[in-house]
Amino acid sequence: MSPLVGSLAVVACWLAIGLLGLIPSGNAFFARRLAFPLGALASLALAVFGLQALWIPAEQLTLPLGLPDLPFHLRIDGLSGFFLLLLGAVAAGITVYATGYFREETAGRLTLIALQYHVFLASMAMVLLADDAYLFMVAWETMALSSYFLVTTDHRLPAIRSAGFLYLLIAHLGALAILLCFGVLHGGHGDYTFGALRTAELTPVWASVAFLLAFFGFGAKAGMIPLHAWLPEAHPAAPSPVSALMSGIMIKTAIYGMVRVIYDLIGGVRWEWGILVLVIGAGTTLFGVLYALMQHDLKRLLAYHSVENIGIILLGLGMSMVFIGFGQTAAGALGLIAALYHTLNHAVFKALLFLGAGSILHDSGLRNLNDMGGLIRKMPNTAFYFLIGALAISALPPLNGFVSEWLTFQTALQAPLIEHGVVRSILPLFAATLALAGALTAMCFVKVYGIAFLGQARNPPTEAAARAAHDCGAAERFGMAWLAAGCFVLGLFPAAFLLMLNRICEALLGSGLPDTALVSNWLWLVPTAPAHASYSAVIFLLVILAVTLTTFFVVRRFYHGRVRLAAPWDCGFPAQTSRMQDTADAFGQPIRHVFGPLYRMKRKLPGPDDARPRYELEIEDRHWYWIYLPVARLTGWISAKVALLQQGRISIYLLYSFFTLIALLIFVR
Amino acid sequence: MDNAPGFAFQILQSVFVVLAAPLVMGWVNQCRARLQNRAAPSLWLPYYTLAKLFHKDAVIARDASPLFRITPYILFGCMWLAAGIVPVLATGLPFAPAADVIALVGVFALARVFAALAAMDIGTSFGGLGARREMLIGFLAEPAMLMTMFTAAFISGSTQLATIVDTLAHREFAVHPSLAFAGLAFLMVLLAENARIPIDNPATHLELTMIHEAMILEYSARHLALIEWAVAIKLFAYMTIGFALFVPWGIAAAGDWAALPLAFAALAFKLAVAGAGLALIETVLAKMRLLLAPEFLSTAFLLAVLGMLIHFLVSG
Repeated sequence: MSPLVGSLAVVACWLAIGLLGLIPSGNAFFARRLAFPLGALASLALAVFGLQALWIPAEQLTLPLGLPDLPFHLRIDGLSGFFLLLLGAVAAGITVYATGYFREETAGRLTLIALQYHVFLASMAMVLLADDAYLFMVAWETMALSSYFLVTTDHRLPAIRSAGFLYLLIAHLGALAILLCFGVLHGGHGDYTFGALRTAELTPVWASVAFLLAFFGFGAKAGMIPLHAWLPEAHPAAPSPVSALMSGIMIKTAIYGMVRVIYDLIGGVRWEWGILVLVIGAGTTLFGVLYALMQHDLKRLLAYHSVENIGIILLGLGMSMVFIGFGQTAAGALGLIAALYHTLNHAVFKALLFLGAGSILHDSGLRNLNDMGGLIRKMPNTAFYFLIGALAISALPPLNGFVSEWLTFQTALQAPLIEHGVVRSILPLFAATLALAGALTAMCFVKVYGIAFLGQARNPPTEAAARAAHDCGAAERFGMAWLAAGCFVLGLFPAAFLLMLNRICEALLGSGLPDTALVSNWLWLVPTAPAHASYSAVIFLLVILAVTLTTFFVVRRFYHGRVRLAAPWDCGFPAQTSRMQDTADAFGQPIRHVFGPLYRMKRKLPGPDDARPRYELEIEDRHWYWIYLPVARLTGWISAKVALLQQGRISIYLLYSFFTLIALLIFVR
Repeated sequence: MDNAPGFAFQILQSVFVVLAAPLVMGWVNQCRARLQNRAAPSLWLPYYTLAKLFHKDAVIARDASPLFRITPYILFGCMWLAAGIVPVLATGLPFAPAADVIALVGVFALARVFAALAAMDIGTSFGGLGARREMLIGFLAEPAMLMTMFTAAFISGSTQLATIVDTLAHREFAVHPSLAFAGLAFLMVLLAENARIPIDNPATHLELTMIHEAMILEYSARHLALIEWAVAIKLFAYMTIGFALFVPWGIAAAGDWAALPLAFAALAFKLAVAGAGLALIETVLAKMRLLLAPEFLSTAFLLAVLGMLIHFLVSG
């Protein structure tokens, strides 16, 4: 089957699965037992079709759907194939997990969730397949709406309703910008197929306008600053598999949109654009990780890390745009590869982490890190998979997060190729930002893992809950194992993906990596030339396993394995309780000390003679006070002025009509 | 095996580093004792300590998870791996292309993350305190280290340590002002990463100040021995990274047996001087307040970034 027809069949399958769940049956049998496993199978098929599309020439198709004279145009090429692979492979794991996660929902909610969930998946696939602006916008809006309904699954809680509203609002601002961008590209002639937009000749000014609209329009969906405010609200509000879909896949469709529109449709990338992307990317990266360190709600913390990782992807994209702008296509290709590879890696490990957080929430009822502790003993499987995700996101070798950050560093190290002195020297500063963010991420995940899974259960009231905690079921375990295996495969065999992504670069940029880089094989990853840099995760892992095991057996052979179990050392103070451990907020304290001015903090410190001292700390995002609230006030003010027109009396409205008619008679003759 | 002498060198170097690392520790301790007018302990004391610890029964807290038990082995493995990447005696080792300087920084980060996790495993307040402080030091030291490496990478056009050493050792003698900045930054990172004064004091268990010792408070016997040994290898590795970047002269090429004695002599000389220098630094400086550590390390980070910028200014 051709990949395009196959992908369409998968989309049709998903829609059918969603609708079949609506057929009334005893206790929603279809939605409960069959919908999600079938959806996972369809996802897997989509991943295969995406992989196939990477290796064959682009295919096109016109569907006689949509408005009269405006049929849907579809196209699949390497770039959409890669994102379809991402969508299919990651959604397969999440959907298997969802089978177990949603098992105990009531029938009514479950059928709705199954419908929205599969429509959401189908709309994301259609975004990737669309080849005209019309179908693209239809799919884009379907994606926004279906995910809105998923976010507001628990709509009885006011906080979740307002999170959903914020999401919908910013999603539509972004959609408007994207629509305007297509308008600029269209320029008043031709039609709205991507083929026509691609050939449009734009002056540099209009090209830059189109770039800005696309960058901020898609950026709003991706969660880059300053348009990120919805992400830490909406992603945690949704049920965990949906959070995983949104953080793992949906925000990646925005990256797809950026690459598609900026590299493919606008074309002629300028280095100034790259600088803007780099600056925003660096800001997003640092902002995301620094605010993540301050969170004690696990899902919110993960959402802030999604903001950070979008920043890292933007750093790769920005570097690539700078290099392309200066005519260094090979280095530009490397940057694009780094960005796309991080997109895939982040999808895998972030989905895994959200599923892990979902298991904690589902099986122990805990959401606040300060209530957790010692979960590794109650839920060893979840703890194991979460550890893999945490190591991957912390960019530690030999897992996948390290590879894409390594590629981004290698791109930055190509800086001497640029002739422009200033640009050449600031490019490495962005690598420094990335290094700092990577180390901070490691700190944040030591905090998460140490506080949630290690140590002792913390608060007495929730201790009962923590005691009742149990490990996740088989479906959940399988879903997480699939994604954890993905972390290993992407980390250990990056060169296969490098060659795959190189084909996308060749299609988009005309040429890809230099020939010296293509000596990469399954064992060696070579971004430019073997003498410059190489990395082999397989050898790395084998050596580290070999030396660790050697040490273990040598120590056992020559000495002994005797162990005495005892109480932890109490430092001569026997009244220790589990409350004396670090909390999530305590762990972030040094960061508050170092980066204090970046946060808007409200502290309530106990006085010296408080009988029941309490220490309270509230941290808010400064963007709210700098941008969002002023804009909201401005909108309110304008609306109030406009509302003066509405007096609620019919005579006044008739008067308006009268004056309008007079005006029309004067001006339009 | 087309590169048999290379593999022989690789194994020789890895074993040599593991065996010699405690000796360097002993030498630093001896120098420091002399400088502080105390009777110096034997040069071999670290080996006696390790042997003693290996013979004892391990005491482990009841609630310890498997993570707590495997961490010492992982730490030791990470450091051993690092010792295999760094060109200590020879360049062109067959294993070196598998991991460049960025991966080397990654190995140290991996070890740090596991050490911090193990510290939080038992759930004592000291463990959490140590882990938190260690990660605070780490998040600033790691980028500074990476930027130092990048300066050298820009000079030599490669992130392979072996290529960097070859370029720096076999060039005509040129003064790189950027390397001076990078060198200072590297020294500061070395002190912080190896828990030395002025950031941490390896010889104290004073609760208000300790970082590394707080993390390993729950460990005993063979686990403690492995950790102490790993600490010694880490110091050795850091010193030899410094030699590779800043004083690479005298190193042999892999397979060149004739150059090996000279490489040994040069290494011994450099280690002796560096160890004495480290002891001197630890004698004349006082330990900093913990909250000043970020300033110390951000200075290192900025110095390294400055070094990189100066490279572009001078070369461009």
